[in-house]
Amino acid sequence: MSEPPLTPVDRPALVVAGLVKRYGDRAVVDSLDLVADRGAVTAVLGPNGAGKTTTLEICEGLRSADAGTVQVLGRAPHDQALRSRVGVMLQEGGVYGSVTPREALRHAASLYRQAHPVADLIETLGLGEVATVPTRRLSGGQRQRLGVALAIVGRPELVFLDEPSAGLDPQSRRAVWDLINALRAAGVAVVLTTHYLEEAEQLADHVVIVDHGRTIASGRPQDLVATAASSVLRFTTEPGLDVTMLQERLPAVSTVAETTPGTYLVTTARLADAITQVTSWCADNGVSPTSINSEQRTLEDVFLDLTGEELRS
Amino acid sequence: MIDVTPRPAASPRIRRVLAHARLELTMLIRNGEQLLLTVVLPVGLLLVLTLTEIIDVGGATRVERLGLVVPSMFALAVLSTSFTALAIQTGFERRYGVLRRIGTTPLSRFDILSGKAIAVLAIEAAQVIALGVLGFALGWRPDPIGLLLVVPLVLLGSATLASLALLLAGVVRAEATLAVANLAYLVLASAGVVVPVAKAPSNVQPILDLLPSAALAESLRIATITGGVDWSLIAVLVMWGIVGSAAVGRWFRWD
Repeated sequence: MSEPPLTPVDRPALVVAGLVKRYGDRAVVDSLDLVADRGAVTAVLGPNGAGKTTTLEICEGLRSADAGTVQVLGRAPHDQALRSRVGVMLQEGGVYGSVTPREALRHAASLYRQAHPVADLIETLGLGEVATVPTRRLSGGQRQRLGVALAIVGRPELVFLDEPSAGLDPQSRRAVWDLINALRAAGVAVVLTTHYLEEAEQLADHVVIVDHGRTIASGRPQDLVATAASSVLRFTTEPGLDVTMLQERLPAVSTVAETTPGTYLVTTARLADAITQVTSWCADNGVSPTSINSEQRTLEDVFLDLTGEELRS
Repeated sequence: MIDVTPRPAASPRIRRVLAHARLELTMLIRNGEQLLLTVVLPVGLLLVLTLTEIIDVGGATRVERLGLVVPSMFALAVLSTSFTALAIQTGFERRYGVLRRIGTTPLSRFDILSGKAIAVLAIEAAQVIALGVLGFALGWRPDPIGLLLVVPLVLLGSATLASLALLLAGVVRAEATLAVANLAYLVLASAGVVVPVAKAPSNVQPILDLLPSAALAESLRIATITGGVDWSLIAVLVMWGIVGSAAVGRWFRWD
């Protein structure tokens, strides 16, 4: 009964390359790249004003791009064929104040041939007590959950969720996370924005960190965490050392680079080994460091380094 | 946990449009202030203007007054629903982000406008039937052919006023739409709708004839009294409709 897929299921559900969106002279999205697979959760992580929402709105067909390419299930974002396949949760909710959650969900369900039963969605998202209350009287968290329900009511194959956890109490967040995990398990491509590191770490298969409209890092969360949690060793000595020789002596998954003349930066997951190797390599090569210092870093630090901003907590 | 396996498919257009009409109708009916304008005021005025002579609407007898007032109230009903109520509702739909969100669903803009049109026409049908039945009960005896002309005239007037409502709602903020739509209702209602244009000062009559609301009211009065059509008034309505629709197409903002 459902329509056949628009693209082979092994292709990414969403491909964004070199996306640019300007308002006047200001580029809100500036050469952003993003790929989202089916059966995976892709988290777009970044501080407020990083261009996350604008990027999603372009993918949803609500705004047009100034440059770059966006392929949603192999189609241009405004293609009407996508409307039945893509579920969208906007930040502001988009339900008339006098309409109740049940009415809004019934309306949305009738737009699709095989929609979820409204009662099931109300139960899954814990909206039973407010199902017949006008939306304007709901709490922020209840509106968020209604927004999630509206996004999935039509059994979409790609879901965009803009800040699904914002303002949710821990129990509600758990319910939303469980639902997102179920979507992933069912083969749905989920693209969400968040400024919660915890959410990105726990929920996402793929994290894209954006700032000032650019993708500044992306990868599996455990890889980002491994890099992020790695320690940094900085030493100063004469400029122009052949660091490839040092690189070979360092423990696995370490990097070394001369960041400014005479200053060398080593990142490593094994700080103690790295210190030993750096000092012995210096001794072996007749190099005497004028300073060595190290620091343990956290994901927050890395985020701060990458974006220059604190995440809103 | 519910089974969330993807099974995407849009429902048939007729089902989408009817679902949207139902929601728009629910919202229109639920708005208490608008019910005052759409029901209480036309019915109240119909009774006051025909049973008393507080306001001179023309006509020496009660039956003559009824002949003038009933079609005037049809026009007032259309003005309240197609213009004021539609503008305010659409303005707040934009403000709540409703139009943005449903723009991401299988509901196309054509579906949205069709749903709105059905909701508005359903309310207007109820208004006209209620006012007509009340009029008949009081002794209203319209021209039989003119009575048939009420249907196309209401459809034309409704389309014209709706285009102007959407223009207002689609361009300015919801709060401004609310204020302007209510103010315009009062001004337009008292400018050739409730009271025939012929009762206005002679130097403003040519201006009133150019207003879409007055052109609709005059057309309804002429039709139900004489069974005829004044094509210059129809031209005024059509012109406003064309200008309004073109402006909506050009300037309406969905977000």
